[in-house]
Amino acid sequence: MCLGLPLKIVEIENKEAIGELNGVKRKIRVDLIENLKIGDFVMVHAGFAIEKLDESSALETLDIVNELEEAVKNDK
Amino acid sequence: MFAGEKMRSMKEINKILEYINSFHEKINLMEVCGTHTNAISKFGIRSALNKNINLISGPGCPVCVTPDLYLDYIYDLSLKEDVIIATYGDMIRVPGSLPNLTLENAKAKGANIKMVYSSMDAVNIAEENPLKKVVFLGIGFETTAPATAVAVKEAKAKGLKNFFVFSIHKLVEPVMRLLLEDESLKINGFICPGHVAVVVGEKGFEFLEEYNCPSAIAGFEMDEVIDGIFYIIKSLKEKDYKIKNPYSKLVKPEGNLAALTLISNTFIKVDDPWRGIGTVSKSGLKLNDEYKEFDIEKLYPITVKNTNRNNGCQCGEILKGKLRPNECPLFGKVCTPENPIGPCMVSGEGSCSAYYKYSTF
Repeated sequence: MCLGLPLKIVEIENKEAIGELNGVKRKIRVDLIENLKIGDFVMVHAGFAIEKLDESSALETLDIVNELEEAVKNDK
Repeated sequence: MFAGEKMRSMKEINKILEYINSFHEKINLMEVCGTHTNAISKFGIRSALNKNINLISGPGCPVCVTPDLYLDYIYDLSLKEDVIIATYGDMIRVPGSLPNLTLENAKAKGANIKMVYSSMDAVNIAEENPLKKVVFLGIGFETTAPATAVAVKEAKAKGLKNFFVFSIHKLVEPVMRLLLEDESLKINGFICPGHVAVVVGEKGFEFLEEYNCPSAIAGFEMDEVIDGIFYIIKSLKEKDYKIKNPYSKLVKPEGNLAALTLISNTFIKVDDPWRGIGTVSKSGLKLNDEYKEFDIEKLYPITVKNTNRNNGCQCGEILKGKLRPNECPLFGKVCTPENPIGPCMVSGEGSCSAYYKYSTF
């Protein structure tokens, strides 16, 4: 039950929304999410969106590589 | 993976692994999430690390940590004529104190068991079956407790008198503290459960700093788990014990306040039994007084105090990280996913199941 599914919001009606992944649509509850908009990505657990994805953070894959280089430098 | 998100290249992953493997002290790193257990086995992460870095699985599978006492109670409940059990699928094949005490077997005896995807499905079942008592099995850590809270509030708003919850939700902090204080375990770092952290935030794991225990909140893709291990090793090398959060695309410092509020105004913390670990102080969530009419334990109290299991199953020791699944004498011989003896082999999130499926032993 702890497996999360990332879904894209395609419809919102009060506390319910339709999330989509690879063309498959699923009705979910969005009680736990504030300011949800169509097009947002959410992580869904047991039928509930538990958080919105922060895209700016998700796209920052370079961050850890910089930290790694720093760590290796400090190591020597 | 989200759209637009790029996985790290293998070249980058190898660089990170090289750094991790440059650490040669003997250490035990524990994860406390069934999905991490699976990811580590599935991606073969153990075999990518040097042999001094020992990855152990802790009590992170909610089904597995549910004690026989509760499983037997659920079985008995399911055989009551006017009861419908609504449950997440994971619970259906888990045996209680005897191998035949499963909901699957109860169903064969005529029990009414409905598998649900969401707690809200259970509320709908209660509305559709006004003459039955619908009992939702509220299981899981902080990640799923808010969903149970919403269902209870919805049932109250609808005036449902036939919707009940058996709340066996558990909290991770009390059990992590207990394991850290167990000197025979010697945990040197925690890979913190990413989706519990979504709810409790980085703040929810700051208590690990009191123990000088390096820890990182990790996601569930191969690179995300490796990132988590990287930060723990970096913390160990630099003796920096601040909690690290490489899963910040989902985990906020303060967590999900709506979810935390739901937990705190629907449940109370109680001393709760864990399989293999015993009773852990303030580690369980039961419905509070405002919602006691929905608490099935108020209607049918648990009368049994203890149950004994004498079938050789070592799930308890495995959940504490004291034994690896393949060190249990039953593993792979008597106990397999087709014929599971204990919950760690039944649940897809269990460490025995993950070890068996991916043969990581």
